[in-house]
Amino acid sequence: MTDFTHILDQLPYDQPFLFVDKLHTLTEEGAEGAYTFTQNADFYRGHFKDNPITPGVILTECMAQIGLVCLGLFLLEQAGLKPSPLRIAFTESHVNFHKPVFPGETVRVRSEKVYWRMGKLKCRVIMYNAREEKVCSGELSGIIRS
Amino acid sequence: MNRTEIEEKLKEIIRPYVQNEEAFQNMTADTDMLRDLQINSAHLVDIILDMEEEFDIEIDDTTAEKMLTVGEAIDITEKLSQQE
Repeated sequence: MTDFTHILDQLPYDQPFLFVDKLHTLTEEGAEGAYTFTQNADFYRGHFKDNPITPGVILTECMAQIGLVCLGLFLLEQAGLKPSPLRIAFTESHVNFHKPVFPGETVRVRSEKVYWRMGKLKCRVIMYNAREEKVCSGELSGIIRS
Repeated sequence: MNRTEIEEKLKEIIRPYVQNEEAFQNMTADTDMLRDLQINSAHLVDIILDMEEEFDIEIDDTTAEKMLTVGEAIDITEKLSQQE
């Protein structure tokens, strides 16, 4: 079984803004991975006061890191393109939020490629919680090229 | 399809991505899609995909990268649809 460590190693993020723990699947058509939200992440102090819930922007970021960036790095690799220097930009997000995600929860993100053309990757992405409930879903796009 | 028909359909395709409505209303062949209409460059890819579907053509990436003005987009569409 592949652990895709070489893809994770290429991610241009680090603490406290890395929202990928594991990748389960990477194919030309999509990606699947997981992340466990750090119990005492700093943003929980303010979102919300005395009522910590993972902000939607962070859920979106997690979906983008797994669903777009990891998949994009894999697609670049498959195309024989070197990922350095990597040029990435988040260009669009249309996301619906269905359930709250609390500190310490593990989520699974699944993305399905809509297209990858001229360096732009567009995906349909869904995030599930440990009870397999849909937490958020939508379409994300970004530019990823070397 | 003649140039006027292509232009009308192209206008419909680009309309959702336009950030400068005034430039869109006064559009000419020389109107630059990025600079004048202020279309986000990432959306040019969506425009190209929409054009391929609407006009039943295939625009290769090299040609697509040269397509900066509305006139160039019409020229490319006209040329490619004649080849079909």
